[in-house]
Amino acid sequence: MHGTRILDEADRLMTVCNSCRYCEGLCAVFPAMEMRRAFSDGDLNYLAHLCHACGACYVDCQFSPPHEFNVNVPKTLAVARAESYAAYAWPRALSGVFARNGLVISLMAALSMAAFILGFAAAHDRDVLFGVHTGPGAFYKLMPHNAMAALFGAALLYAILALVMSVRTFWRDIGAPIGGRADSGSIFQAIRDAGELRYLHGGGVGCYNEDDRPTDRRKLYHHLTFYGFLLCFAATCVGTLYHYLLGREAPYPWWDLPVVLGTLGGIGLVVGPIGLFAARMQRDSELLDEGRYGMDVGFIAMVFLNGITGLALLSLRETAAMGPLLALHLGAVFALFITMPYGKFVHGIYRFTALVRYAQERRSAS
Amino acid sequence: MSKKYDVLVIGGGNAALCAAIAARRGGASVVVLEGAPKFYRGGNTRHTRNMRCAHDAATEILTGPYTEEEFWKDLLLVTGGQTDEELARHMIRESKDILNWIVEQGVRWQPSLGGTLSLGRTNSFFLGGGRAMLNALYLTAEQLGVEIHYDAEVTDLVIEDGMFLAARLKRPIDGANEIRATSLVAAAGGFEANIEWLKEYWGDAADNFLIRGTPYNRGSILKMLLAKGVQDVGDPTQCHAVAIDARAPKFDGGIITRHDSVVFGIVVNKHAQRFYDEGEDIWPKRYAIWGRLVAAQPDQIAYIIFDSTVVTSFMPTLFPPIAGQTVAELAGKLDLDPAALEKTVADFNAAVRPGIFDHTILDDCRTEGITPPKTHWARRIETPPYLAYPVRPGITFTYLGTRVTREARMLMKDGKPSANMFAAGEIMAGNVLGKGYAAGMGMTIGSVFGRIAGREAAKHARN
Repeated sequence: MHGTRILDEADRLMTVCNSCRYCEGLCAVFPAMEMRRAFSDGDLNYLAHLCHACGACYVDCQFSPPHEFNVNVPKTLAVARAESYAAYAWPRALSGVFARNGLVISLMAALSMAAFILGFAAAHDRDVLFGVHTGPGAFYKLMPHNAMAALFGAALLYAILALVMSVRTFWRDIGAPIGGRADSGSIFQAIRDAGELRYLHGGGVGCYNEDDRPTDRRKLYHHLTFYGFLLCFAATCVGTLYHYLLGREAPYPWWDLPVVLGTLGGIGLVVGPIGLFAARMQRDSELLDEGRYGMDVGFIAMVFLNGITGLALLSLRETAAMGPLLALHLGAVFALFITMPYGKFVHGIYRFTALVRYAQERRSAS
Repeated sequence: MSKKYDVLVIGGGNAALCAAIAARRGGASVVVLEGAPKFYRGGNTRHTRNMRCAHDAATEILTGPYTEEEFWKDLLLVTGGQTDEELARHMIRESKDILNWIVEQGVRWQPSLGGTLSLGRTNSFFLGGGRAMLNALYLTAEQLGVEIHYDAEVTDLVIEDGMFLAARLKRPIDGANEIRATSLVAAAGGFEANIEWLKEYWGDAADNFLIRGTPYNRGSILKMLLAKGVQDVGDPTQCHAVAIDARAPKFDGGIITRHDSVVFGIVVNKHAQRFYDEGEDIWPKRYAIWGRLVAAQPDQIAYIIFDSTVVTSFMPTLFPPIAGQTVAELAGKLDLDPAALEKTVADFNAAVRPGIFDHTILDDCRTEGITPPKTHWARRIETPPYLAYPVRPGITFTYLGTRVTREARMLMKDGKPSANMFAAGEIMAGNVLGKGYAAGMGMTIGSVFGRIAGREAAKHARN
């Protein structure tokens, strides 16, 4: 018996799958399963995070519902995965955030956007807030650069701390030796596997979404979102370096590196989330963890909000709308940072950690 | 009202889809009538995993060559010569090309990664298993414009002088209760799920058989064809039968109810008596004989008895073994006479001679002075907990079928080939497999004769 009902079900399924093994060529979940004959809570959480929900094993399984063996690996592991987010959350007191995730995320977004708008309004006269500011340092007329860096730096550092603490617990739980470190080869392998979403390809034909015809669209939208996020993050980093190393102040011209990176990233953060949302709405309910609608959509909306406010700020930064848009964008970014450890964002971190573990297991097995 | 097509394919498994695709590629209009609902489409193909094909050199997925001659020898071995040599050699020759043709239809192979089957040289494995293979074939057929209907049960065939005219439907399709076609491909499987029919040959024993595939393999098309003058082939009592867990569902338990632990222990019947040499042969043959052996025992039940030292030596099982701290306790849980089982185990243990155990070869661990002997892999059963799996005959498919020519054309009872009726898959497997089985042959028969039947049916229809 396991800690939760869903882990009991995952254990039952892994027993069925381990006596079949037809799916062993589809992704990493099944070869990892074959290395075990019994499954601890940590093993099941590990397998749950290895699953990319491509749905191929469901469509290919002769025992999936309505068969009496009722084998539905993608859905079961999706629920187990989502439940594990709360189980590994740090600090423990905040694990409840996952249960009402959509609400918490939207409240955070609304509150922090409102805080920036009110803050700007309180700190500045109307003509500054709605003024037209151009040239270097235009943004800092509304909020000093050092205040911005301190606030967002602190939020990001907190998010990183909370994520590191959570992953530490996960890493120990999935059978990594206590105090054990991942070797660089395994990390490199995992970066490649995660970077190309290797296991979201249904064994080669593409992943399944609304029916038993494989398509690759979710992979494309996920790439747009993920790489969009990385580009935006890179834009921020380059901007920070410009500021402190070169003494060049934002806003930068459209052809300059931070703006190019941010624009491309912003487009990814708008198109990607829209595609992911549409795919989620079309997804066969048999494959879907329906209880997690709030968390999934909350995160998608948050990312979208970051992208769209960023692009709006970029295109209207030389108009009177700059002040309010800057407040909205900064609010969205702040909410994203602060809720990172308590929303769907964590799936990428755990998935990557599971992939490192898998690469390690493969290397030591061969 | 009736609808007319060039080619009607009855059935929905590997053979049927290969036929439909080949016929459509041959320019014919094609309709497929699958008697099962969509989820259960494909009959036994749902549960298959690999296909045996001849090849002259190693490929991406197969090690070493597997020549036509070697394939032929393997077939001779398992059938004991009960095969139509001309058809069998023809099939083996065609199997070389099927390896690639099937990939062109969207089916994907994978290297053999795990499990206990050592078939990396002779057999290609479907990525994702048989249902994945079916999904790919259906997708290709649909894209080519093959019309497919599920829950499409055929209640009667109109055949005149060996010529197919029409199939009558239980439920109308688009208002039509009859499908007419210029050619017929019958690929509707065997009759393993038809217990009443099995009882004609096996008597009440058939009530205790478990059917490994879907409940839709009832042999109704085969019965109609034989009743309307098609020549039969094969022994009706011959079938592919393995020993599967007695706790498996009556139908569709598929691959995961099998046991490959016979070699690690002994097998006793309901009187706690051993009845066959558990160490007779290596995996493929051992796998295929125990179904018939158990079917011949009282109440069609047997128990694989082993001890705790070997539990990790074979594939993990769906149902856990039944355990007892003593042999007597185990016997009690199995409803066997404790004294009888204790004596059987003790006699066996006393007869075991020392040797070096290796389950991958015919090793020198054997018994002496006991009947039946265990000629290989014999080791004492003495480390508690003592464990057991109850097993029953699990029927995969039957061998009684329609006789066909090299062109997959059915032969009539008067020896003349039918004008327009073709057969592929389990419904004609008995032409090649008189008895016995080797892994992956069912799929070879299905794909090879499916493609031939589809091609020939289209050719006939377009003439």
